[in-house]
Amino acid sequence: MKKIIFLILLVLTFPFLGFPSNKPPEKGESFPSIQLPIPKHPSEKAYLGLSGEGLFKIPQMKAKVLIIEIFSMYCPHCQKDAPGVNELYDRIEKNPDLKGKIKLIGIGVGNTPFEVEMFKKTYQIPFPLFPDRDYLLHKAFGEVRTPYFMVGKIKEDGTSEIVHTQLGGYPGAEAFLELVQKVSGLK
Amino acid sequence: MKEKTLSYLILLGLVLSFCIYTKDTYGLSEAFKENIYPVGKLKPIDSQLKVKVGDRAPVFTLPSISGERISLSQYRGKKNVVLSFVPAAWTPVCSDQWPGYNIAKDLFDQHETILLGITVDNLPTLFAWTNQMGKLWFPVLSDFWPHGKVAKTYGVLRSDGTSERALFVIDKKGIIHYIDVHDINKRPPLEDLMGALERLKIPSLHHSLPSLAP
Repeated sequence: MKKIIFLILLVLTFPFLGFPSNKPPEKGESFPSIQLPIPKHPSEKAYLGLSGEGLFKIPQMKAKVLIIEIFSMYCPHCQKDAPGVNELYDRIEKNPDLKGKIKLIGIGVGNTPFEVEMFKKTYQIPFPLFPDRDYLLHKAFGEVRTPYFMVGKIKEDGTSEIVHTQLGGYPGAEAFLELVQKVSGLK
Repeated sequence: MKEKTLSYLILLGLVLSFCIYTKDTYGLSEAFKENIYPVGKLKPIDSQLKVKVGDRAPVFTLPSISGERISLSQYRGKKNVVLSFVPAAWTPVCSDQWPGYNIAKDLFDQHETILLGITVDNLPTLFAWTNQMGKLWFPVLSDFWPHGKVAKTYGVLRSDGTSERALFVIDKKGIIHYIDVHDINKRPPLEDLMGALERLKIPSLHHSLPSLAP
């Protein structure tokens, strides 16, 4: 009898022992400490405020607020939202109060560089996209479904703080920009 | 406590631990919400190919979701054909594969190629499933009855009645140029397929194929 009870306990605790659950970072936490390749294209490099080659960390980007879209070229909603996310970029760049302060990047989960390029070309995406062929970045972001939006503040001391996350439900450029300004304290 | 209750509890624990920690990396799109059936990890390949590169592609006619019947032979002399078999509707990786091809129409056009999507599902299921992908530019064919007949002819019908995740590139003369029976758990990278289409343009390859004199 005791043996059986022990067995039950073992079975019930098994999940917690072997496989730590992978949760996406939440509001209040910092961005995952990932490294991304410095873009080759000069305009993208300039946009992110980076120079040289190699890898960079999120807080190295020159921005007060960073919006990360986790997408896939193969995801219908990411495709549908793409023009609206482009419009978000345009609205930011055309507003002198926001330009340079809010920046936007995308991470293509499970996508090869060729596939990310396909997505970029199809929708004429003006901001930097990073392929994540082997789902390594995806793991760091808690294996979220797509499209997933994460908004965070980058502070002067090199730390960051997530202020908003959402899965799908992109409300359009105007509403999303309003939200970003509000949660990040830019407004 | 009765032993029966205990064994139920053990079973429950096992089932729970399985459910929570079986995670699919594919089928991530929010478009399908909770409608994707988790299949877990499957045997990568579970069939034996019956055709090879250089063979004449076996002809077939299948119903498509638009109501039209599509024959392989109707593209003879007009277009190259990519057959994309995917295992089943509403499963993780497949739900992620065709939407990608859907934005690659230009690439297929550039290579004078039509894509034919095929599964062993029946038409109503295929209709409902592909509706979640937005409007598809390529025909989606149902190899449902006689069940998986075309998949079987090509040698990509698995032992559980689904098909492999397989790509066949067939040129305008009806000759198979490229076969990728992919690990069912993974999505084939788009550039591999596009590379195969690119190679169709190289005339020397045609000469190196075995002669097809009857």
